[in-house]
Amino acid sequence: MKTAVVSFPGTNCDHDVSVLVKHLSGKDPQKVWAADRTLPEDTDILFIPGGFSYGDYLRCGAMAKVSSIAPAILEYAAKGGTIIGICNGFQILCELGLLPGVLLPNRSTKFLSRLVSIRVESQNSVVTSKLERGEIFHVPVAHFEGNYFATQDALKELEDNDQVVFRYCSPDGALDEVSPEWNPNGSCHSIAGVRSPAGNIVGYMPHPERTFEPEIDPNRTGAAVRLFEGLFQ
Amino acid sequence: MTREKESLMAKKKFRVRVLLKQGVLDVQGKAIETSLPELGISTISGVRVGKVIEFDLDTSSNAENGAAGSEQSEATLLKKVCEELFSNPVIESYEVEEVR
Repeated sequence: MKTAVVSFPGTNCDHDVSVLVKHLSGKDPQKVWAADRTLPEDTDILFIPGGFSYGDYLRCGAMAKVSSIAPAILEYAAKGGTIIGICNGFQILCELGLLPGVLLPNRSTKFLSRLVSIRVESQNSVVTSKLERGEIFHVPVAHFEGNYFATQDALKELEDNDQVVFRYCSPDGALDEVSPEWNPNGSCHSIAGVRSPAGNIVGYMPHPERTFEPEIDPNRTGAAVRLFEGLFQ
Repeated sequence: MTREKESLMAKKKFRVRVLLKQGVLDVQGKAIETSLPELGISTISGVRVGKVIEFDLDTSSNAENGAAGSEQSEATLLKKVCEELFSNPVIESYEVEEVR
């Protein structure tokens, strides 16, 4: 299994993702830089990790969208390549038009850095195919722009096509879209992650990779491993 | 580029205003609105915050964007930069104005 991790100036979760990928696949991912023009040949999974690419100037992901590597990412996606975008990676996938919607500033107007609960909504994605629908994970989020927005038509299409992969929920799995506690950034339909129609491209705001270190997850059986291992099976 | 060359270059100045579309939550606007009572102001509402982007466009015939001087290519270029970079059409609208 060949993996690659793309970094932009300001990306800061590339190392966390790489450590986890190595643990699960046995191999270091290839590093790809914003100024590169091609992805490594035969890349099976491409990760776009979190951070603040280009300082979030203009809009989150807007500058990454016009970076040198962007055409290669679009070409890889068009061929059905698997892409996982986490946090800023999710924002970049939305800006690239590979996923619908946009991440707006949090409804609270505050940067959000805490543990949240998310619920698996669909098994029809490369991330969740081995998980149960309704399964709950407690994962960290750290973002200012995580408030998922899409037009009413786009939301209807997402729901009708089972493209919502994760939703924010209470620790026992109840949904409450208007609760600042259980839908912490104010996302439409409590959406925490979505997939492309074919399910090969997935973007989500939480950072499961940040729960991987043994100090947090001594047995390495928690959210980080559970939410990534499906990709390697 | 020498100063002489620069002065020979035909340039136009543009200003683009980007604003969130109606119905899209504007948290900055909301936050500003909640601060207005601190100034003793209760008559202002509907505050919306956008962006203003100004730039110079090289319109000389050897300009890289090709076929300069043609108004159509200029309009195409402005549309491209506004819709593909300066704004996200899902949430934002924009207006372009030439600054004279």
